Amino acid sequence: MKLILERRLVPSRLASWGGVGFSILLALMMGGVVFLSAGANPFKAYGVMFLGAFGNFYNISEVLVKAIPLIVCGLSIAIPAKILVWNIGGEGQLAVGGIGSAAVALFLSPFLPSALVLPSMVIAGFLAGGLWAFAAGFLKARMGVNEILTTLMLNYVAIYWMENLYFGPWRDPTGTGFPGTAILPESAWLPRFPGTRIHLGLAFGILAALFLQWAFYRTRWGYEIRVIGENPKAARYAGMNITRHILWVMFLSGGLAGLAGMAEVSGIHYRLQQGLTVGYGYVGIIVAWLSRLNPMAIIAVAIFLASLLVGGDQLQSVMHLPSAVGLVLEGTLLFFVLGSDSLARYRIRLITKSKEPQSKEQRA
Amino acid sequence: MAQTVIRMERITKRFPGVLANDRIDLEIEPGKIHALLGENGAGKTTLMNILSGRYRPDEGEIFAGQKPVKFNSPRDALESGIGMVHQHFMLIPSQTAAENIILGLRSPRFFLHQARIEKEVEKLSRAYGLSVDPKAVIDELSLGQQQKVEILKLLYRNAETLILDEPTAVLTPSEIEELFTTLRNIAKEGKSVIFITHKLEEVMEIADRITILQRGRVIAHLTPEEVESRRELARLMVGREVVLKVEKEPVPLGEVVLELRDCSGFDEGGHQAFHRITFAVRRGEIFAIVGVAGNGQSELVAAIMGLRPMSSGELLVFGKPLGRGASPPMESVGYVPEDRIGMGSLPSLDLVDNLILTSYRQFCRKGFFRKDAATKRVEGLLPKFHIAPPDVHALARQLSGGNLQKLILARELSKGPKLLISEQPTHGLDIGATEEVWFELLKQRETAGILLVSGDLKEVLSLSDRIGVIFRGRLMGVFSTEDEDWIEEIGPLMAGVRQERKR
Repeated sequence: MKLILERRLVPSRLASWGGVGFSILLALMMGGVVFLSAGANPFKAYGVMFLGAFGNFYNISEVLVKAIPLIVCGLSIAIPAKILVWNIGGEGQLAVGGIGSAAVALFLSPFLPSALVLPSMVIAGFLAGGLWAFAAGFLKARMGVNEILTTLMLNYVAIYWMENLYFGPWRDPTGTGFPGTAILPESAWLPRFPGTRIHLGLAFGILAALFLQWAFYRTRWGYEIRVIGENPKAARYAGMNITRHILWVMFLSGGLAGLAGMAEVSGIHYRLQQGLTVGYGYVGIIVAWLSRLNPMAIIAVAIFLASLLVGGDQLQSVMHLPSAVGLVLEGTLLFFVLGSDSLARYRIRLITKSKEPQSKEQRA
Repeated sequence: MAQTVIRMERITKRFPGVLANDRIDLEIEPGKIHALLGENGAGKTTLMNILSGRYRPDEGEIFAGQKPVKFNSPRDALESGIGMVHQHFMLIPSQTAAENIILGLRSPRFFLHQARIEKEVEKLSRAYGLSVDPKAVIDELSLGQQQKVEILKLLYRNAETLILDEPTAVLTPSEIEELFTTLRNIAKEGKSVIFITHKLEEVMEIADRITILQRGRVIAHLTPEEVESRRELARLMVGREVVLKVEKEPVPLGEVVLELRDCSGFDEGGHQAFHRITFAVRRGEIFAIVGVAGNGQSELVAAIMGLRPMSSGELLVFGKPLGRGASPPMESVGYVPEDRIGMGSLPSLDLVDNLILTSYRQFCRKGFFRKDAATKRVEGLLPKFHIAPPDVHALARQLSGGNLQKLILARELSKGPKLLISEQPTHGLDIGATEEVWFELLKQRETAGILLVSGDLKEVLSLSDRIGVIFRGRLMGVFSTEDEDWIEEIGPLMAGVRQERKR
């Protein structure tokens, strides 16, 4: 007996989304093994995680707080992935977006009417992140430099630059030991939903997702993106300018990551400080792939992954288990989902190997 | 050795909504060339995919020698000595011929004895008359040469039964001759060859045994001696009389739509692909470029379409010079590429997206994409060009080869082009579909000038008004199809032999 994979003519939708569900189950089982090895009861641990994420109103609001950068970063990764360009520099673009918006808040806000401070920060964050990614896009489009390497390397540059700023020239002069800039003026704070830390960035994420979903199917840009992603050769044959698309898509992608950085600075920390780059740019990659690059699914997946992160934090305080379990779950989840992709494209057949003639008679 | 190497008994295979093979019996003898004849969709390829282990039959048995066998993969089939060269080659473009030939073999396990393998490949290629440089990278080989690599791949694995799916579709007359010589050599060694085709003359030329399929069923098993005429063979194949003669009414000539002046260009590898090509195409005529594959015609078309640069010369479309590397205006230039799947289609996108690929700008206004308008247009095109399934939501990958070609033609013709460039437009199509395509091309002359690039001499002679013969990138001569004296010289010219003109 033998299991074989047979290619499906049309990828199965049921298998595609069913595969995601099955992957979640497998990842939870793997997580259970991790809990057992740490000497904890997996069911109790998952209970703590679940309550930590959804147990009360505040916890749910914290999940949404974490989902904001994940939604925006997930979209940022998904757009270039649509045309087979891999931006894994979300983390650096987020940092640079934070730098750009913080610069506006710290140094330009005294000269701006207060109503213009936030819009200027949005633009600055978007531009900063966008240009950061554009550099990698330019190298790819003009010189064929691998964007995976350049975007990844630029993460280090961006993060060290940011650290240099808040440890050095931008350090809060009145601050004690804590590394960070001075608190931003209140005009630079994103409004929050009363009683929670949920800020206006949530609207950025949802609007961006809705816009992209619409744009992919209802604009000329979206059609070209879908064609390039499906078959670059056909795109060139149809006279599409792939180089220009790579440049714009990278700018847009970096811009969104930059926007996530701006929202973190302006909605959560109120300053540029250590803890801005905690991996949202990387988790965004997982969000994008779990959602199969579908903008609407990105919102749901981002909330789900955020609940793992928030729940993971609770493990630490309640059960003294490492909060990194949340990340372990996300990693294994991505692993299984990539594997389950083949279930959508192939069907599994169980076949009996019977080269011997007698098995033929048995059947007959 | 047993008289029959392979026997297929009552093979049945169903696909959703289609009975592809209906209780088919087939016997393959050693040392014989067996032709499998039938129209598109008759079930030839499905049957052979079953024999080569790619599909499993729903019912029926396969016997190799006298033993029943079950193939779970092409590898299983190869272990029983059965291998297949698919219509769309399965080669790794970035690797060399030799690397492709050893691909997937269980040995060598770790160390590659590059030089030894190359030597073995060379020996095989000499033995069967398959001249291929083992060190050549697949990407740089013509389709004809890639086919040789595929055949070598099977011979290297000691296949006893070689299945070739429409092998002549990508070849030109002299390459076809070469292939036939190779196939005869292979048969002489006692190996058997199964040859899928729908070209009657090829069947008559090379086959020792003929099996005709019609809609998934065997209609006849014959030997060439039993066939009275090509007409009878055609009738058996399609179930009706087929007229092979094309009625061609002359159309008054109009303005020049495409002009090349002294154009030269290079291929992927930086070698001169075409050299100082000069010709003009006017509205109302079909100008054909005929030549053996790999003589620069693909590069020439790519250069005209702005897909690769020209090194020198002047290119005028509708009388206006086209800048270097610029594409001609898509809305009035139709292009039917040779590579239908790789260049012409978007496999995972729906038929709407596919049918507007080169005219999508019409459906865009101020950056918005008007999907409803596009869908409406496509709903009209599908029945008009007999594309099956006539469902706008179907994906391109679900279409058969013939339907895919009809889709591309529908797309390019519905633009109402003033210049149409068509590469191998009927390659791989059955007689019915070929007639439809020919009819459409002839009709287009009323509004367009047509550049036809084809290796099918019969097609070129039936359709075109003027013919240019290309050899090693040079235009050997341009002449009218009315000029009977010249027609005799096309063959020698395609081989690079220039004769004194008789009159």
